[in-house]
Amino acid sequence: MIGATSILKSSVASPSAAAVCAHCGEPVPQGGDARFCCAGCAAAFEIIRELGLEKFYVRLARSARQRALRPEDDSAVDYAAFARTDSRGETTLHLMIDGLHCAACVWLIESVLARVPGVLDGRVNMTTRRLMLRWRGTAELAPRFAHKVAALGYRLVPFDPTLATATGDTRERELLRALAVAGFAAANVMLLSVSVWSGQAEVMGPATRDLMHWLSALIALPAIAYAGRPFFRSALAALSAGRTNMDVPISIGVILAAGMSLFETLHSGPHAYFDSAVTLLFFLLVGRYLDIRARGRVRVAAEQLVTLGVRMVTVVAPDGSLKALAPAAIRSGDIVLVAAGERIGVDGRVIEGRSDLDASLVSGESNPVAATIGTPVFAGTLNLTAPLRIEVTASGEGTLLAEIVRLMEAAERARARHAVLADRIARRYAPVVHATALLTFVGWMLLGDAPWQQALLNAIAVLIITCPCALALAVPVVQVVASGRLMRGGILVKSGSALERLASVDTVVFDKTGTLTLGRPELANLAAIDPACLGAAAALARTSRHPLARALARAAGPGAPAAGVEELPGQGLRRVWSAGEERLGSRAYCGVDSNSRPAPSAPELWYLRTGGAAVGFSFADHLRSDASSTIAGLVADGYRIALLSGDRPEVVSDIARQVGIADWRGGVDPAGKCAWLAERAGEGRRTLMVGDGLNDAPALAAATVSMSPSSAIDISQNAADLVFQGERLAAVDIALAVARRAMRLVRQNLALALVYNLAAVPLAILGYVTPLLAAAAMSSSSLLVIGNALRLSRGRAR
Amino acid sequence: VNSLLILIPVAVGLGLIGLVAFLWALRSGQFDDLDGAAHRILFDDDDQPPPKS
Repeated sequence: MIGATSILKSSVASPSAAAVCAHCGEPVPQGGDARFCCAGCAAAFEIIRELGLEKFYVRLARSARQRALRPEDDSAVDYAAFARTDSRGETTLHLMIDGLHCAACVWLIESVLARVPGVLDGRVNMTTRRLMLRWRGTAELAPRFAHKVAALGYRLVPFDPTLATATGDTRERELLRALAVAGFAAANVMLLSVSVWSGQAEVMGPATRDLMHWLSALIALPAIAYAGRPFFRSALAALSAGRTNMDVPISIGVILAAGMSLFETLHSGPHAYFDSAVTLLFFLLVGRYLDIRARGRVRVAAEQLVTLGVRMVTVVAPDGSLKALAPAAIRSGDIVLVAAGERIGVDGRVIEGRSDLDASLVSGESNPVAATIGTPVFAGTLNLTAPLRIEVTASGEGTLLAEIVRLMEAAERARARHAVLADRIARRYAPVVHATALLTFVGWMLLGDAPWQQALLNAIAVLIITCPCALALAVPVVQVVASGRLMRGGILVKSGSALERLASVDTVVFDKTGTLTLGRPELANLAAIDPACLGAAAALARTSRHPLARALARAAGPGAPAAGVEELPGQGLRRVWSAGEERLGSRAYCGVDSNSRPAPSAPELWYLRTGGAAVGFSFADHLRSDASSTIAGLVADGYRIALLSGDRPEVVSDIARQVGIADWRGGVDPAGKCAWLAERAGEGRRTLMVGDGLNDAPALAAATVSMSPSSAIDISQNAADLVFQGERLAAVDIALAVARRAMRLVRQNLALALVYNLAAVPLAILGYVTPLLAAAAMSSSSLLVIGNALRLSRGRAR
Repeated sequence: VNSLLILIPVAVGLGLIGLVAFLWALRSGQFDDLDGAAHRILFDDDDQPPPKS
């Protein structure tokens, strides 16, 4: 309450130029009502106040990474289609939430829903950023409840939970249950084993020892049968496909250890390995669980980025009504309405309206182009200035999108199937181990005069001691630590083998627009412009969404927009008032003679007022602030750098010179990028492709490994192995450094595991291995490997 | 030695109770939203209406 009123007071008391909206925190555009930026925010504030939840504004910690809480019109979203009604007449709807800033948002949404009559349950999962909504009644009520949350300023995207992540979740649960069982069994069996080991030296009789063994068997055997299933399943699948993987020697080792211990227990023998078998399973399950959990988190984060980026397409039905449909449901010949500022979701032709289009994500071209009736448009293009009606000309084959997808599929097929390091090792390791065990058996039979049972026991001891516990942990633990470290830095590692591939890279290829640059224009000739003129032009510019106008407004700083401004799409802005006429727009619109001043390669705006001379503003797509230093750092590390762009060669060469890239190409189409990469691959070079546009997607799939900024178009984010957030290009450098260090640790871990095996195997062959020795060796080698991997989470990346 | 016959079942039984409790917690969804649970505790419940059945 206190916080809300103080916010009100401060904004009322100082209706200055820098006033922010009391609800969403965005700058308030007009000088008049300084409390709210729009009617939606005013309504949201009113809802919250009426429910007595003003504490929200005190508790809210705004995050710059989340979208502002500005309510949008959600009447076209089809919530009801995703709601499911069960036999008891209760309906459930799952929604993804965009705009969750902090826990206060969770509290607000749940409190608001708890006050809506009819809602049984409204629960936000903060980890996955999802809302589960349950109410009594039919699915048709869905928009009513969902709108309560949307009116607060959150964007909701309904989804079908059975399709989304069900497989990953159930696997994670199964592993956690197996981990719990294995942990319980390991602790209790170890308790019994320790008493056997210490008792043997003292006074424990064989009868007590057998009792301990029987009890161990009682606990261990069911636990192994339950907790070992993930490994047994995977091993069986590999064997039935005629391959072997790491799970084959693990399964053999565990089953033989349990079987032999049971045999010993039946015959009152001294050598029971139950503790080794269960502890081994426990350690391996810890590794597996951490691995799948880390990957699950990344998957959820990546899905979130992509799903929220996909917009419904607004279709105009024959009767004139509007309907929001998924892009997949659009047919050729449909009429689609695209509002100003919205991304076009289909390929088609403009049939009504005039506007400017920003195609930088599609073609790499940085200058906005004008669109009029008849202009072909492509999915992924941003509509800037005015609403357009578009007739869908092509669906499926023949669209630019389909062409890109086809190129991508071809590229992914061509990408050499990368065998994961751990499986490559397992393929060589397993035959060696099994041959050693066989030789041990044969050797004891021929050379030693032991009975066959003794020979078999020694052979099995070899298999148990070589069970690749440390080896199986060596790679996943490092990967978990490395991807966790990268995730904290805003870099999502989407693919399991991405780090291995990243560490092998020797060439880094960048796209220009949106990758090296921020993908938005900035005023370039600020110093040359008269401040009064800049102020007047900025007042006009503040009324427009055109990227050049916005850049001009940004450069001029905060201020009030001019009143009575008219926008002529494709030409510019105009206002006629007491002081005469003002124009801000293209060269032709402001009557600048192209002959007297040659057109530059950069985008430009002109400002003209009655009685004055035309003033030119030129713009440039600025580099990311650390682009040059990142490139210099990569060159110093010995990487070869190249720049491939779909933009005009003169713009590309300019950027290449600024960041210091000698090897550049302009005007390259998607197929050309793929061909360039294939050529490099032919020379034996391994490439990292960094790009964001639709035209980069095939190249992202074709490169050895690929990265995308989170501002990239969804297809590119799907194709990329890593996605980085934020404006700093240094993410590329950090990812490479962490990957290299991770591979170094993996190699160290593999060496440790190998040394341990080389030391222990001779003992096993000679028959000196006891259960105590096996348990100690296995646990210590696993802990050593995990400890070594954890070094990665500390210290600097390089 | 006879005390073992009592102590071992007690030890294993206690462990089993812990295991069952964990599996129950897992099944009832208590591990679904660890981030949310960490923050939820910070808000008072006095302004929430009583939970509906």
